[in-house]
Amino acid sequence: MVSRFTLLTTGGAVLALAALAGCSPVEENAAPTATTSASADVCPAGALATKTAGKLTIGTDNPAYEPWFSDNDPKNGKGFESAVAYQVAQRLGYSPDNVIWTSVTFNNAVAPGPKAFDFDINQFSITPERRNAVDFSSPYYLVRQTVITTKGSKIANAKTLADLQAAKLGAQVGTTSYQAITDLIKPSAQPSVFNNNDDAKAALVNGTVDGIVVDLPTAFYMTAAELKDGVIVGQLPQVGVPEQFGLVLDKGSALTGCVSTAVDQLRQDGTLAVLEKTWLAGADGAPELQ
Amino acid sequence: MSSVHQPSDIQLERIAYRRKRAIRSTLLAALSTAVVGLLLYLGVTGSPGWDRVKASFFDTDIAVKALTGRDNYPSILSGLWLNIRLMVICTICALALGLFIAILRTLRGPVSFPVRALATTYTYSFRGLPLIIVIYLFAFGIPGLRLQGTPGVTVLGAAAIVVTYGAYLAEVFRAGIESVHPSQVAAARSLGLSYRRTMRHVVLPQAIRRVTPPLLNDTVALQKDVGLISLAGPIDAIRAAQINQAGTANFTPYVVAGVLFVLLALPLIGVTDWVTLRAARRQNAGT
Repeated sequence: MVSRFTLLTTGGAVLALAALAGCSPVEENAAPTATTSASADVCPAGALATKTAGKLTIGTDNPAYEPWFSDNDPKNGKGFESAVAYQVAQRLGYSPDNVIWTSVTFNNAVAPGPKAFDFDINQFSITPERRNAVDFSSPYYLVRQTVITTKGSKIANAKTLADLQAAKLGAQVGTTSYQAITDLIKPSAQPSVFNNNDDAKAALVNGTVDGIVVDLPTAFYMTAAELKDGVIVGQLPQVGVPEQFGLVLDKGSALTGCVSTAVDQLRQDGTLAVLEKTWLAGADGAPELQ
Repeated sequence: MSSVHQPSDIQLERIAYRRKRAIRSTLLAALSTAVVGLLLYLGVTGSPGWDRVKASFFDTDIAVKALTGRDNYPSILSGLWLNIRLMVICTICALALGLFIAILRTLRGPVSFPVRALATTYTYSFRGLPLIIVIYLFAFGIPGLRLQGTPGVTVLGAAAIVVTYGAYLAEVFRAGIESVHPSQVAAARSLGLSYRRTMRHVVLPQAIRRVTPPLLNDTVALQKDVGLISLAGPIDAIRAAQINQAGTANFTPYVVAGVLFVLLALPLIGVTDWVTLRAARRQNAGT
């Protein structure tokens, strides 16, 4: 009896798995066809197959954090992602008047199912797992590594990589952050290596290390929300295989190709670099360490 | 009184027979070991995934690079040097602390009750506390107090190891002390020895000899656990292996570090076995 039951459930599970396996390739095939058909003709300026004809609906979470957005108001065009979103809209032929912002939580945006937006911008890292549920545009931002410290630390006023060489630095094990220390800063003291960023943060607070290296979004979050007297020293040059941020679209969206093309153009003509400098490395952002 | 002992013919026969049997058993043991080894080898290398396992766990190139360090990856050997220093220092300190606590716990008389209670609380708590948590408390908690002259995290981590293993060793020492028959103490006292001299000359020599094997066993365990100091930030051999593993997506560095640790432990394990054997022989002498 038991064995027959086990057999049945196992068989059922195998069938379900087979069905899943059979489904996923079909879904994955859907995306390339959308991409390949995305030549100039299928992206008529201002007349794409959007949610609302003639309007472009863009999603992001509420609250929308600095410096990606400003004053929790995506509509003001301030903050890196707000600015990128309006630039993409313009490339697609939608003037700022025709952009509608909608509030979508982070998790809902990358979950499978119908979407309330044409595309969503909310620091989404492009991962193969998420690709199973949604489409991603070309990356509009490559995550940089950033040195952070606390007020009064001896590296708080460092301007260059050389200023950091005498510092005792820490990072999480096996990360691009650690690689950034050893490859770019090359400090004279052996860096401290921690199991996770929380341990590194604790060591920073204790003064066991002078500074820690984390990725830029984490740096903003840590210095703003987690660390008392947290200070961003600056961004490091690109290193290793960086995390990429992409715009999220519905799985198999007809717009994916058009949006990707727009992002690619923005990168090629240097617009993205300018926006990065303005909003991420600007006055209250993270200056660049050379 | 001059002639050397000449074994009788029968005795010679016995010796020859025993030698023959010994050779036979050695040969048989070698043969069966070879068969088992061959079966294991075939079983492992014949498995369908062996090539993949071999590539990701036994890559000679990566092993050499991880050992000596390359580009910006730390070398396992430089990490191991930290382990070795910690092993020696922590072992000595933990043994001293354990002995001290054990003596405190075996003090007699109502006056010394607070001391006994403290020592007992210590052994109870630190044998229960996982070492990882003690290291976190020491290496992240103590610097957080921002006291003047706080030692570095390596010293604090080492202190955590000493305190934890000191509690285990204290209990082993205590077991040894209590295994010495009370009549020994009574005899020593009746000879006019003070309590301190009784402990030093009568009880402890016997106690320590009796518990040497378990003491050494705990020491071997301590040797492995000094690697946990990497939680506090320093790069030891295992952390160096982990960094190499993350950089190469290959597990060979872990195998290299593992082999090095076994090699480090071998002498101590050998000594433990030898001491145990010697103690057993002594105990059984005359039977």
